[in-house]
Amino acid sequence: MMAKLTIPEDEIMSPGHMGCLGCGATMAMRYVLKAAGRRTILSIPACCWAVMPGVWPNTCLQVPELYTPFETTGASAGGIRAALDALGKKDINVIGFAGDGGTADIGIQALSGAADRNDDILYIMYDNEAYMNTGIQRSGSTPIGAWTTTTPVGETDDWEKSPKKDMVSIMIAHRIPYVATATVGYPEDLIRKVKKALSIKGTKFIQIWAPCPTGWKMEPGLTVKITKEAVSCRAFNLLECENGVYKVTMKPQTTPLKDYLFKQGRFKHLPDDLIKELEKDLHMKYEDLLEMEKMTQARAAAREASKAPS
Amino acid sequence: MPQTLHEIPPTPINTVNSANVKTGGWRAFKPVCDNSKCIKCWTCWKFCPDVSIAISEEGPVYDYDHCKGCGICAAECPVKCIQMVPENK
Repeated sequence: MMAKLTIPEDEIMSPGHMGCLGCGATMAMRYVLKAAGRRTILSIPACCWAVMPGVWPNTCLQVPELYTPFETTGASAGGIRAALDALGKKDINVIGFAGDGGTADIGIQALSGAADRNDDILYIMYDNEAYMNTGIQRSGSTPIGAWTTTTPVGETDDWEKSPKKDMVSIMIAHRIPYVATATVGYPEDLIRKVKKALSIKGTKFIQIWAPCPTGWKMEPGLTVKITKEAVSCRAFNLLECENGVYKVTMKPQTTPLKDYLFKQGRFKHLPDDLIKELEKDLHMKYEDLLEMEKMTQARAAAREASKAPS
Repeated sequence: MPQTLHEIPPTPINTVNSANVKTGGWRAFKPVCDNSKCIKCWTCWKFCPDVSIAISEEGPVYDYDHCKGCGICAAECPVKCIQMVPENK
């Protein structure tokens, strides 16, 4: 092959799936499978990915997958791992692949249980910031100001008022070995994180930010552009946290939040003063994250130094 | 694909590769690449959500049976050699 490719060439996801135009979740699945390889079993609850593999008997996934009830991704993935252990099979990756509603709202108890038991699974939350499959209802992961069908914009300005649930901090608080965030706009970074997660034993959690052009009311061709802009305007931060030590993996130059928001129809109604407030809040969160990175890394280095024989 | 009732498995198991499902009919704009300008960076291949771009010596080869025409390849191409052409022309 003459081409120099930055991501693995093997395609484990086939074309012919039922994803919308420019779907970020399909890209997330494609990259995750490229990283995990063919020795993988997926557990997928009700979410966009429950319908995207296709109408029976078709499937676009060339690895086994288990459809599970909405709230059971963590438990079923742990169950698959227990079954593999009972069979003595060791070289198989078990991945739970759930949407943001199935993770942040409905599936959080099963995920919390799996993290508590430290089941050897990788849990992936692909975050499109609402219940897209059922028709764009708000979820815990919907950011402030967003329009959805259950937070409509009208005379009463009923748009989403509560902040986006910080799943990464929730998972770090479970003290699992590896937590990370990634987006489909940076596939090399995403694949590196999935590979790293799969090399670690225990419960791993990766939040993949996957744009939904249909639900966000934007041009489908902008999927990749919008992810890069979300990272640079601090709406979504790329980080990894290994054993409690933070690392911000992408620190691009800051861009105005307005440019990011106004590419999407779901934010079109926001007044200027609120955007300024949101921007200040996002920058504050990002600076907190940088502080956290500095502090945890310094403490880890100090612990390492005290361990070394003098 | 099962032909009779007895061939249907007792639990719903999906086994047929979805590549036989043609999603090209969803397309309103068709991506067309000018191979003479292509620098073969394979950014289009990397970002295609429909796995519809194949790598070749000349440049990207589109699988128009499956391409849904989202336009990510055209938007991301660093040398802008991919054009989105309306299907009805």
